[in-house]
Amino acid sequence: MSAVDDARGVLERVFAPDAVKVFAMFAGIWLLFYWFGDQLGYTNPFILSLVRRVTFLSAVYALAVLALNIQWGYAGLFNIGVAGFMAVGAYSVAMLSGSPSGTPPGLGLPLPLGILGGVLAATAIGLVAALPALRLKADYLAIVTVAISEIIRITFNSPAFADVTGGASGFDNLPVDPVRTLLLTEPGSIISEPTALGQPIFAFAAEHGIQRLTVVNTIYTLGTLVVLLGVYLLLERTGKSPFGRVLKAIREDETAARSLGKDTQNFKVRAFALGCGLMGLAGIIWYAMGPRASVVPVNFRPELTFYIFIALIIGGSGSNTGSILGGALFASLLFEAPPRVATIIGNRYEIAADPANLVQALAPIVDGELMPLAGFLLNNIDTLRFIGMGVLLILLVQRRPEGLLGARKETAAAVSLAEDTRTGTAPERTTAAADGGETDE
Amino acid sequence: MSDRSDGPADADLPDDVDAPDPETLEPGADDSAVEEAAKRVPRGVPLRVEGLRKEFGGITAVDGATFSVEQGSLTGLIGPNGAGKSTTFNCITGVHEPTDGTVHFRGEDITGDRPHAIANRGLVRTFQIARELDEMTVLENMMLAPGGQRGESITRSVLPGLRSDVVGQETELREDAWETLEFFEIDHLAEEYAGNLSGGQRKLLELARALMTEPDMMLLDEPFAGVNPTLEEKLLDRIHALREQEDLTFLLVEHDMDLIMENCEHVIVMHQGRVLDEGTPEKIKANEEVIEAYLGGEV
Repeated sequence: MSAVDDARGVLERVFAPDAVKVFAMFAGIWLLFYWFGDQLGYTNPFILSLVRRVTFLSAVYALAVLALNIQWGYAGLFNIGVAGFMAVGAYSVAMLSGSPSGTPPGLGLPLPLGILGGVLAATAIGLVAALPALRLKADYLAIVTVAISEIIRITFNSPAFADVTGGASGFDNLPVDPVRTLLLTEPGSIISEPTALGQPIFAFAAEHGIQRLTVVNTIYTLGTLVVLLGVYLLLERTGKSPFGRVLKAIREDETAARSLGKDTQNFKVRAFALGCGLMGLAGIIWYAMGPRASVVPVNFRPELTFYIFIALIIGGSGSNTGSILGGALFASLLFEAPPRVATIIGNRYEIAADPANLVQALAPIVDGELMPLAGFLLNNIDTLRFIGMGVLLILLVQRRPEGLLGARKETAAAVSLAEDTRTGTAPERTTAAADGGETDE
Repeated sequence: MSDRSDGPADADLPDDVDAPDPETLEPGADDSAVEEAAKRVPRGVPLRVEGLRKEFGGITAVDGATFSVEQGSLTGLIGPNGAGKSTTFNCITGVHEPTDGTVHFRGEDITGDRPHAIANRGLVRTFQIARELDEMTVLENMMLAPGGQRGESITRSVLPGLRSDVVGQETELREDAWETLEFFEIDHLAEEYAGNLSGGQRKLLELARALMTEPDMMLLDEPFAGVNPTLEEKLLDRIHALREQEDLTFLLVEHDMDLIMENCEHVIVMHQGRVLDEGTPEKIKANEEVIEAYLGGEV
């Protein structure tokens, strides 16, 4: 018994730090997808590509979820226009740093300036949306944000501005991927001569049969993880501070916060602006460059906002670590895994049946024939996973509303608030406890 | 002193009792204005409510209430349900903007100021139903309250060089919070989430938290409602101690007549939005009209 308890105690201590949880989760995801790749008969370079893909998607989701967490998780600001702010970030970078000679023409500014501009633009649009709405009740903010997000998308989609935005077909003339600039003498061409830095890297990759494109994308993904770490640290400090404490107080009871002398309006505006800026950054890293670069209006449909909300709820709103876990688990297990699993099953058990609809899939069950249903499920896995997400969301909200980590209750202070932080006066506490006991109902 | 004569009144009013406070006056005000101001803001009266009116649609909740509260006193505000006590509180603390009338706190006009601004002036309230922050620990609740927290700026909280300053202040605040919790004897609950506290403990927490803002005056809205007699005793004990030690002024709304009569030296009776009578408990007890209004003519 005690040995088991001891072992559990050790495990709990090891798994307590948030960093360990995050690393354990990423390691788990990588192992799982390595296994998927193995089952699918991929060669190592292809498995690397698969793992890279899921890591990137996990990281960008985590970024967006973190940004939403400061608004919804901490301050309780119901922003359902996340996709819109991401679009502003991505489009701004494209317009600012796209080549002036391409179509649609960009301004050709250096990429760092473009990224800064994108983040600032998302912040500014956030402020324009929020300043009037934050004065009103929470519901109005929700309405205003979803409306502005759609206005943004429809504006980018509109043929009227196609000269500037590219219209429905999107902004094709994207800035050059920074990793290519770093590794290639002619960033536009993947087969051009590598730079001094690129030389050994490409040589090493070639030895292992890894293509140049995979190398570029892998390095970009590693960069994304670094940005994610940076944003995480920024938000951890923001959250675990008197600022974060006021945000939590606003979420819990704004009237109480005001009655204690906190200018809640001011705090809400700052939290909202910070969140929108980071959403812009997430949009830039996700869509304006890198392996998924495509600045097209359809990327920024309201579904994106809801995916990010689901991911936040999975991880536990109010917790930054939970946000990363939620984002990564959503992207890997709910989004990327089901199609692989379906392919693996399809390869292993020859399921030839391909019913055209649910009735044709269900009817044969009466005759004990399960194959048509299995075939139907496998063929429609892309659609069915959305049903899965809905079911999961309902289960989570009912059974575990605090999310996986349940860390909505992480204390917000720059110092530890544990019992052992107090100095002296401990001996008198027995009487206090006795008195306190009486007050319980 | 003279270099800020046109600024707002400062917290420490001069001790000279009869002289009008020069800082509350506009520069160049004539003598009659000085006298006027002196009359409007008597020395030692931190809170003065004059002709306060509040209408909600067609209903007049407060109808020209005028009263003042003396420095260091424990003043009771009583009246039957619907007399306008809570609305008066809400008008004083900025939750509602008065339709008419003025509220002066320490000689400054705070009528219609926003709630946080009023709280920052040192006039802090508690609520009829305790507004503890459920998903925050008792200690977090306490540390939220103090004003002037440097870490309320994002930059200071985030940047490595400035963060240490924030941590230093947080350490001090934590110390203060522990002390205040010990004073109210709820320190054993420090790590508990406020939402898990009993009704009485929440009232204690709310009072302790309000105290963390270092107020000059506290408005307590039914602090004893739903509190058992033992705890009520404890709360009263603390209130009296704070008056003596910190010279805090209290204005409290309460329905328990015996409690008000025993503990307050000054009682204000409201009825139908007006001040019906005010004075010592003895005087109030003797007033037939009050008995009529409050007790429906019985007793």
